[in-house]
Amino acid sequence: MHSNNHPQSIYQEKIAGASHWSMVIPAGKILSITDIQGGANVSMLFYNPKNLLERYNAPDTLKCQHTFKLTQGHCLYSDMGRIFCSITRDDTNWIDTVGGVANKQKIASKWGARNYQTDRNNWLQNGYDSLLVEVAKYGLGKRDLAANINIFSQVKSDEQGALSFTAEHSKAGDTVELRFEMDTLVVLTTCPHPMNEAAEYPHLPVQLSIRQAEAIADDDQCLNSSAENGRGFENNRRYVCQHGAQL
Amino acid sequence: MIVNSPLKAEQACRRDIVLAGDYYMQIVKAGQTLRILDVEGNQAADTLFYNAHDISERYSAIDTIREQGNVYLSTGTKLLSNEGNLMLEITADTCGRHDTLGGACATESNTVRYALEKKCMHACRDSWLLALAENPQFGLNKRDITHNINFFMNVPVSPEGGLSFADGISGAGKYVQLTAAMDVIVLLSNCPQLNNPCNGYNPTAVEMIVWD
Repeated sequence: MHSNNHPQSIYQEKIAGASHWSMVIPAGKILSITDIQGGANVSMLFYNPKNLLERYNAPDTLKCQHTFKLTQGHCLYSDMGRIFCSITRDDTNWIDTVGGVANKQKIASKWGARNYQTDRNNWLQNGYDSLLVEVAKYGLGKRDLAANINIFSQVKSDEQGALSFTAEHSKAGDTVELRFEMDTLVVLTTCPHPMNEAAEYPHLPVQLSIRQAEAIADDDQCLNSSAENGRGFENNRRYVCQHGAQL
Repeated sequence: MIVNSPLKAEQACRRDIVLAGDYYMQIVKAGQTLRILDVEGNQAADTLFYNAHDISERYSAIDTIREQGNVYLSTGTKLLSNEGNLMLEITADTCGRHDTLGGACATESNTVRYALEKKCMHACRDSWLLALAENPQFGLNKRDITHNINFFMNVPVSPEGGLSFADGISGAGKYVQLTAAMDVIVLLSNCPQLNNPCNGYNPTAVEMIVWD
């Protein structure tokens, strides 16, 4: 069932629902995330560990690729014109870019108050607090929580701009893979999407796996999906040159 | 939705012309009304708001559009903070639609969008960073430069997930008007972009008009 259990995997971890996690993932590695049961949500933020002021920028990512959704072939950009990672696989065909995360009040209004005394780690944690705790480990706070992406979730807009959330967008075994193009601090939470209308709080786990990426070929899908991405990769090349590192 | 305002500019308590490529950084108090006037038409007014008493609370594009259930801003839109609180409400709008997905131009994003050699052209985020440096009393820095509103910009989203920069639907004399629900710092960059046809490659002035 864990379709990301790749033979070359150098790291495996199962993350329960309502949990947070982070890691500095080096350039040249692939992070594979699999929805184990279906219907999961993973809210993610990205920072440059060498300069935490450089972070994932939703508007720059969307406008340079002329897209509202993200999926395989797209890249995630920092506010400095560089590519943190390429989306090399998206079994769900749509990663939400605008739903954000739920805060404590929103979770309480949907599913009840967070109560560790009764629920222990099956508590009704919210994505906002979950991300806030994880970024604090790097000296960051609420001023640093930018607009996040929500993997395994779909929020569509109709012709009039009305937004709708797709229930059960992701199926058991669906996998998203991110190939890192520069060293990146990845912060994530598995708390439910704020627009999820499920009757009960969904505690849904995901499986993480990291492996070495193959060298980027000249016909790489993300590199070639737009002229803009070609320039983004060139910005990364110049940055790596500046730091004397190797991709 | 197109809604005109009865307020007369002659009765305003404060009026400022902001030329293209300049910034505006002022406090608007709870109960005051701010009009942003597109003087010559098809300008982009890239705007951020902060709680004047707690700068860690600021305008949140994603909370605003999710809670109103629509990606476009117009009359009736409640601008929400990252904590879900009402900051300002759009109380009049003669343009009809404003964008909050497209963000602001930056020298770095210009290299990706247009060409690597466009890097040294003036951009909104440089205007904001100068504003923060010249107004240290607010205590803001680059980490506070977040996901803004583009007043007067038209950025349609399609049901298939596309996003485009369409011709402007604003024009000379059109405006958007907001009433503040809390004391806010208004940080506006009047966009200097010379590479985008949406302003006819000719960025022009906006006027900021405040009533008590």
